[in-house]
Formats: sequence, structure tokens, C-alpha cells
Amino acid sequence: MTLSISLTVNGFARSITLDDPRVTLLDLLRERLDLTGAKKGCDRGQCGACTILVNGRRINSCLALALSYDGADILTIEGVAQGDELHPVQAAFIEHDALQCGFCTPGQIMSAIGLLREAQTGGDPERIREAMSGNLCRCGAYIGITEAVLDAQDRLARAEGQTA
Amino acid sequence: MNRFAYAKPTTIAEAIALGQMQGAAFLAGGTNLLDLMKGGIAQPQSLIDISRLPGLDQIETLADGSVRIGALVRNADLAHDANFARTFPAIAEALLSGASAQLRNAATVGGNLLQRTRCAYFYDPASACNKRNPGAGCDARAGQNHNLAVLGWSEACIATNPSDFCVPLAAFDAVVEIDGPTGAREIPLEQFHQLPGTTPQRDTALAPGELIIAVRLPADAATFASHARYVKLRERTSYAFAVVSAAAALRFDGATICEARLALGSVAAKPWRARAAEAMLVGTAPSQANFRRAADIALADAAPSGANAAKIELARRILVRACVLAAMGTPERLPPLPASPFATPAGAISHD
Repeated sequence: MTLSISLTVNGFARSITLDDPRVTLLDLLRERLDLTGAKKGCDRGQCGACTILVNGRRINSCLALALSYDGADILTIEGVAQGDELHPVQAAFIEHDALQCGFCTPGQIMSAIGLLREAQTGGDPERIREAMSGNLCRCGAYIGITEAVLDAQDRLARAEGQTA
Repeated sequence: MNRFAYAKPTTIAEAIALGQMQGAAFLAGGTNLLDLMKGGIAQPQSLIDISRLPGLDQIETLADGSVRIGALVRNADLAHDANFARTFPAIAEALLSGASAQLRNAATVGGNLLQRTRCAYFYDPASACNKRNPGAGCDARAGQNHNLAVLGWSEACIATNPSDFCVPLAAFDAVVEIDGPTGAREIPLEQFHQLPGTTPQRDTALAPGELIIAVRLPADAATFASHARYVKLRERTSYAFAVVSAAAALRFDGATICEARLALGSVAAKPWRARAAEAMLVGTAPSQANFRRAADIALADAAPSGANAAKIELARRILVRACVLAAMGTPERLPPLPASPFATPAGAISHD
């Protein structure tokens, strides 16, 4: 049985040989590709700290078997900034104090980027809170997180307006 | 997690052949199966990865007006399909009230039907559980059982089916299309999940090696689109399984109800269709008193399986609420908190 897969990770093609079929995308990123931004919180799909984008959609990487995602395009927190320029969601999280300890933050930011791509919430804070409910923050920075997502949405809309 | 062999078939026939191996399990979104494997509750010897099987990710309207949802359609894609959500708003609402956005992006239609119970004793290998280990006993009977079954339970098992999606599916007479070693067949969703009886280890009517191919909604399910809601009571506002839930869909002839569809969730090992209550509503006016009578009929056979008598009255009230909201009409847009009892629009009776 071949346990080789190809992935695009943060824009780079990677060929990966696995010695064990049990490896999840989260373990692959953290333990084998040295991308430790996605965090292992619960490892059971309950906390959202491991959220990444796969083919543009946010998922819990702890419940994704790496072998099952052969050929996928993966974006992690390490791949969202453009050089020294932070992603608008990253910048908004800093500006709105949307974190305290920071452990859940990579998952929160990846989830927020996924949320904005899904374009289901508009500017309604209640819809944003509901759409972010898969990301727990034990420090309780939810007010700042909601403000940051709203602000990032405005920043992205303005940036799009300028380029249009 | 135990070690397992892994195969990724490219055709349904190949998947079914591989699925007949001893200890094989089908893997699609993995959101429930991998969780169970990490807890040591499921220990398949081989995983048959069906996530890339072609042709199972379509939502199609067939010639007879029925709608066929492929088994690999993701929960989020179904709920956000504009045409589907407009036609089956209670199903979209149920889907969006379940799990989190991340899980809905991965979880599939077929997998939703096959998710296992959330009874804490089933998930705890140190506890006795007849579903996990037939004959071991049931620690839930004398344990934390306030959220467990009030209908259809047995001495062997009092667990509930946690699916939101399956509740309106049961109300709308959905059909499950199955393929397997002995050929293709279909079965009404209402008969898909099994009551525990003396064999709680068996959740569904699927035989070993059988695979869900699609779920089909008959054409008349679309006739309720203007009056169809799902209401779900949870122990927190979002991202929680139901304590009780209800789907209600009404069709009117003038001011009179001419057809009703009612089903309850998280009250039994299967989504609980309330046919006698539906029949009672036909020919009546949509009033609080009539909906309460229907709810009393729907829960007539309910009995506590432990310290959960409160669930019976909660189920009645959530069913009344779902009926009141359905009678008011499907909203133009789903509320910010889909299916939430907190999202009651102006004019609805909030303290029923």
C-alpha cells in the first residue's frame, strides 16, 4: 500500500510519504512539516484551535486524515501574510485586542478568513458570533474577536473597492 | 487510535467489494468516525475512503419533481444551496443548527445519517454500554441521563440519535438509497434508524458492506416551503447537540391546516415522526390550543428513562413553538441563530 500524497501547503507543492495511515492533517503540519501555527487543543473537533483552510474552506484539521486529502490545497496561519504585511484579519485581531493568551488565535484567524470567504454573515455581529461558534476562546476574548471580524470585513471590502 | 489498512476505491462497485472485508468501515468526512477512533470506541481494521467516489456530490431535481441529494454532498453545501434552502427551509435550518461551520464543511449527508449516539457512557470505554459492548449493561440507566430518551427506549439502551438533519427528513418522507453486496435498494428514512430493543448495537437498517448512495425527498415535500421550521433547544446558544428539537411543516387551505408534518429530535434512538399529531391538525385552525393538543398526542407514549421527565414537557413546548413559527410563515432569511428558541420573531408567543 502506498502512503504517498501530494499537497500544496501555503503555495508550495509538497510530496509527502507517510509511515502511518493514522496521521491527521494537523499532525502532518505540526510534527512533519514544522508548521506549528495550527494548534492541538482538544484533538476531537470541539475547540477549533486546529482550523485550517483546505481548498479554500475551513475545517478542523484534527479530524482530517492526511491520506484522504491527497492533492489538496492547504492554507495555514503561516501562509496568510504577504511578506511583512499582515493579512487584514491578523491586523484587525491585533488592533481589537482579540486575544489574550493567543493559543486559539491561529484557529480563530483561519476560521474568520473562512467565514469571510463564505460570505453568509454580512455585517450582523450575531451572525458572526454564530459562524465563529466552532472556535472556543478560554480567555474570553469574544467581544474583541467579533469586532475584529467585522473590521476585517470592512478592510477587505475597502481594499476590493480600491482595486476594482 | 488503532492501526488500520487504508484503501481509496475509485468506483462504487470497488468500494462495496472492499467494504465486505471483516472489520471494514467507510470513511467520508470523518468528523464522527475519526472522533470515535481517537476515543477507542470504533476500531476498524480497514478504512475504505469513499470521499473521492465520483457522482455522489450532486443535488439534482428528478423528472418526477423529487430531489436527490448525493451521499457525499457536504452539510454546508446543502444548507447554502440557494435553490435547496428555498425549497426545503426547515432542512437548511436544521443543518445550520448542527455542529460548527468547520464540521459542516467536512461532514457529509451520508455520514450525518450514520453518526452514532452522543450518550456519554457510549463514548466512555470505562463505562458499561450495551451499544458499544453487547451484554455489558447500561451505566446510563443510573447515571447522568437527563438528556436521554423518553420515547422508544428499552432496558438495554436509552441513548438518543443526535442528528438535526434527519428530523425534517423524517417529517418529509425522505428515502435512503442504498447499494451493497446484494444489490441496490431503498428504504424510508423513518425506517432507517432502529429502536434499541434487545440489540442496541445495531443503529440502522444497513447490512454489513452496504453504502448510502443518496437521500431523496419526494416532490410533495416542496409544497410546505412557505410554512416550515425547525426549532432546537440546546444547553448553550450554539454548537451543541439538542436537548429536544422539532420540525414542523404546514400546508393551508385558506385559514385551515390541510396537511401537517411533525417530527421530534433527540427524544429517541431515531428521529420521531408524530403522525397521529399530524392527523389531528388537519382541518383545524392554527391556534396555540390546537398545537398544544397535537403536542400532547405526539408525546402520549413518552416515559422517562431516568431523571429526564422534564424532557417530555420540553418536547411538547418545542413542538408547539415549531408549529407556531411554521404557521407564521417561513422567514425571508434564516434568523441569525438558526433553529434557536431565542430567535423568536415579533408576534410569536415566546412563553408557550
